[in-house]
Amino acid sequence: MSEIFFEILRPGINTTIQDYGRKYLYHIGVTVSGAMDLRNHKLANALVSNNTQEATVEFAYQGPLLKLKNGKINFAITGDVVFKIIRKNSEVENGKCYKNYFLEQEEQIDIISTKNSVYGYLAIGGGLKLKSYWDSFSVNTKANIGPNNGKKFSISEKIQIKNSIEVKGPDRQIEYNNVSNKSIRVIKGTNFDYFSPKSQSKFFKEEYSVTNLTDRMGMRLKGSILENIKSTNIKSEGLIKGVIQVPADGNPIILLNDHGTIGGYPKIAVVISADLDKVSQLTPNTKIKFEEVSLEDAENLFKNYLSETNKYLNEIN
Amino acid sequence: MIKNISNLGDASVYCDFGSEVNENINSEVIKYFNYLSQLVKNNKIEGITNLSPSYNKLIISFDLSLTTFSNIKNSLEKIHIENEFKQQSKNVKIPVCCEDKYGLDFERLSKKLKLNKKEILNFYFSKEYFCYMTGFIAGMPFLGDLKKNIRCDRLETPRVKVPEGSVGITEQFANIYTFESPGGWNIIGKTPKKIFIKNQIENPALIKPGDRVIFYEITEKEFLNWNE
Repeated sequence: MSEIFFEILRPGINTTIQDYGRKYLYHIGVTVSGAMDLRNHKLANALVSNNTQEATVEFAYQGPLLKLKNGKINFAITGDVVFKIIRKNSEVENGKCYKNYFLEQEEQIDIISTKNSVYGYLAIGGGLKLKSYWDSFSVNTKANIGPNNGKKFSISEKIQIKNSIEVKGPDRQIEYNNVSNKSIRVIKGTNFDYFSPKSQSKFFKEEYSVTNLTDRMGMRLKGSILENIKSTNIKSEGLIKGVIQVPADGNPIILLNDHGTIGGYPKIAVVISADLDKVSQLTPNTKIKFEEVSLEDAENLFKNYLSETNKYLNEIN
Repeated sequence: MIKNISNLGDASVYCDFGSEVNENINSEVIKYFNYLSQLVKNNKIEGITNLSPSYNKLIISFDLSLTTFSNIKNSLEKIHIENEFKQQSKNVKIPVCCEDKYGLDFERLSKKLKLNKKEILNFYFSKEYFCYMTGFIAGMPFLGDLKKNIRCDRLETPRVKVPEGSVGITEQFANIYTFESPGGWNIIGKTPKKIFIKNQIENPALIKPGDRVIFYEITEKEFLNWNE
């Protein structure tokens, strides 16, 4: 049987393979990686009857233009994404997110762009044919770890698809709204007291804007300068996704999936787990505000986030 | 001993072993790290997803859908690690070529330390180093402590690209750039040895926290003909 694959006619800006990411490797300097918006990654998989852990194609802003070769598949796209399906008879169909589609060979998916958000996900029924690295298919372009030599996709490359025996139906779809919330909930960090009382209150009162210096590693913010009254460096220590660290220039940085594993900047706060998906989706120039919550609140908010995710997953199944 | 346990966000535990950087405190961190790694491996503790040991802290990340801060904290408080608990440490020898084309910062170091290149290298190679932690980039070891007379601040302006294999020093520490990366350490040479081999899935990092490292000088000819 000849291999089913997508030929990449246009790679898009930052198109990579992602899944849940890696575990137990921080201590050797390998970061977590994985889908930036985990809920949308899961929903894309569920819509094509995959296990939610299956690898998906993650794209940022402009997505890829893909031509299917040697077989038929079903696929779904999630996020706030504009895309078209170019059928064999050259008929162009406007795509709808959160819907399972069939695609015949030689047909194309043209992922034009994300809207008011950064990341979108493409899942293929039956999954992609990939080699795993440390139990994950996630691509980490900074350390070149993962499938495709740890690199983002380029033109003319192939995305291999598992030869799924049957293309699964019936058409599944859900209504889902990507609510963009400009209020980011955080827990105070271990170095909150490094900052002047004035800066501590400014951190929660004033707006910070997302800058262009934002990628899968982290998000640099600009706003009221945070004045450090103790020391602008700490003895280097571990980092986690969601940490908000403040270097000597006083502008906060939120660490995201491909962050370095050790750092020496003071940690003013940490984004709560329930808000990590939506932080990843913030586009440059968006103005955000930090809101302090307790650990207990954060735990409850995460329970709500999980049950909401499960509600949508159940709706699909 | 852990001096204080607090939460870092809602999905990690921040264990503070003290504020100083020395081998004693770091050995405690590594002891806990090794012990917890065993518990995770043997499924004796639920939900832990990562352990990050550093000079004097240990950060335990967990999956908030499986456990909570207070669960992990309770488990930690019950832990008693026998002193005989086996530390899995080893000795590693690292060849370094210090020709000027690889040792990029001898001019700066000589000026700052008031020592010539030969003196700097004599001090550098005459000591065994302890690996406090690895990270920042995959496999990068943070080694210490340098002799007092070769301690120097990092570069005022970090390099955009430090070549892979570069051996650097700053303050009381030495390191090895396992990949080409930005960086501000003073570069004194380059090793031909692969320190992080990502295709060796089981054991990609040559140097691990707790290991002891001895550097030795090689000629450029040996560097160029290096064969693992």
